[in-house]
Amino acid sequence: MSVLVFADSSDGKFKKSAFELVSYGNRIAEQLGSSLTVATINHGDAADLYTYGASKVVNVESGDLNGFNAKGYAAALAAVANTTGANVVVIDSSADGLYVAPLVAIELNAAYASNVVSDLISTAPFTVKRKAFSNKAFSNTEVKTDVKVIGLAKNSFGTVENPVDGALESFSFSVDGGLGVATEKVEKASGQVTIADADVVVSAGRGLKGPENWGMVEELANVLGAATACSKPVSDLGWRPHSEHVGQTGKPVASNLYIAIGISGAIQHLAGVNASKVKVVINTDPEAPFFKAADYGVVGDAFEVVPKLIDKLKAFKQA
Amino acid sequence: MKILVCISHVPDTTSKINFVDNNTKFDTNGVQFVINPYDEFCLTRAMWFKEKQGASVTVVNVGLANTEPTLRKALAIGADDAIRINVEPTDGLIVAKQLAEVVKNGGYDLVLAGKESADYNGQMVPGMLASLVDYNFVNACTGIEVEGSDAKLVREIDGGNEYLTSTLPMVVGGQKGIVEEKDLRIPNMRGIMMARKKPLQVIEPIDAGESTAVSSFEKPAPKGDVKLVDADNIDELINLLHTEAKVI
Repeated sequence: MSVLVFADSSDGKFKKSAFELVSYGNRIAEQLGSSLTVATINHGDAADLYTYGASKVVNVESGDLNGFNAKGYAAALAAVANTTGANVVVIDSSADGLYVAPLVAIELNAAYASNVVSDLISTAPFTVKRKAFSNKAFSNTEVKTDVKVIGLAKNSFGTVENPVDGALESFSFSVDGGLGVATEKVEKASGQVTIADADVVVSAGRGLKGPENWGMVEELANVLGAATACSKPVSDLGWRPHSEHVGQTGKPVASNLYIAIGISGAIQHLAGVNASKVKVVINTDPEAPFFKAADYGVVGDAFEVVPKLIDKLKAFKQA
Repeated sequence: MKILVCISHVPDTTSKINFVDNNTKFDTNGVQFVINPYDEFCLTRAMWFKEKQGASVTVVNVGLANTEPTLRKALAIGADDAIRINVEPTDGLIVAKQLAEVVKNGGYDLVLAGKESADYNGQMVPGMLASLVDYNFVNACTGIEVEGSDAKLVREIDGGNEYLTSTLPMVVGGQKGIVEEKDLRIPNMRGIMMARKKPLQVIEPIDAGESTAVSSFEKPAPKGDVKLVDADNIDELINLLHTEAKVI
């Protein structure tokens, strides 16, 4: 009986979610009176995980998994879970995590509770709190299978430092029966903060009047180390790439701070961004529905407010 | 090519979300149900394969008789026939197990399903289904071309795209991008008339066991009022974000 957490890495570095997952794994292992094992794949240096309390790390070494492959990763994680006797497996909610977790669940004959936002509501019966209805509700879900897979929602538990002297074991693994899907090419913007990983997201809408006015949005994002995003009309108009569209049919946002500039706050937009912890809205229209969903608001012209905000933030950052 | 498109019957995005029976059931009173938007992208792509490559398109839903208008809408958009598996879709694993039976018996080459449903957002059915029937699987797919049994696909990853190849039979978890929103179709009168005559087969469920149960729903705590900051006092905004919200 143990809790297994998958600490995912890419380009030789642990993803930010890995530290949150290890912190979470420790917490639920404590609730269950159980122990924590952390699995990594082809990542032999676990020192960063020890900081968050990963005392036992199992690194899957596999020549078949030199790059992400959902089927291969799922088989490897299921093998580690079986070997370590894990009855709870925790996986993140990144694009890769969401791809892998359902496959792991089937391999382990487990139910998968996705979008989990807190530690266990109860250990007997085993109950988790999940987001549902596009963040408009939570469901307290009892998981009844012997083995359980938990998908931890992004940025929902936070990280807890708990330095330990960890130990790393190797687990050699090869994939049976092929990977099914081959990766031909990966296209990734480098040196740019992604919407998925960003602590702060700066997003703008049609209120900006045209793509030529995005300079100040990018500058604000730059000052804050933020990712840039946009509303659906803006990507539909081709002012910004589709990859920046956040909202119900676009990318979900769960950042610490979300700044919406010239976005009225249609229900579809709010559904995608209301998992962000703090929302700031800048809009000329005091009746814009987004103000009802926001924590802080500025009623004013973005073309005056944003440059001022940039200047003041620069001064603040230097102070 | 035989295509199966999985259709969820979900509340329209603008629906009020409330619960009844001591917060254990979703309140469907006054709620309009639609084809899950993620599934609609998939269905539209299936129509493209039908028209350009002569594919047949079956739609399937796991649900009780009240979901049939949603299946009829999918038929009106152009699917050839429909299957309804007659059981309440209580969780993702159970839905995947029911769908797996249909996929095994129907010998489909390509199964398209939205990567998530707009109600419970579980994001698990396509992957579980692929695993249960041992089909190749790509999730969060924003592009698919098929030639013979070879497929080229695009998957959205955090911060970019991945270009993939695979072979049929496969399951694909689709989203916006697999077709664009402007390509979505509104059924016309002729489609609606024809849909009434298209076959809709009702099949009984298998015993899929029990895996999860919702003990209760909750709504988020009501949010406090927005704090408005004067446009001439941006220092105050920075101060609040720093000292009160602690996010900068």
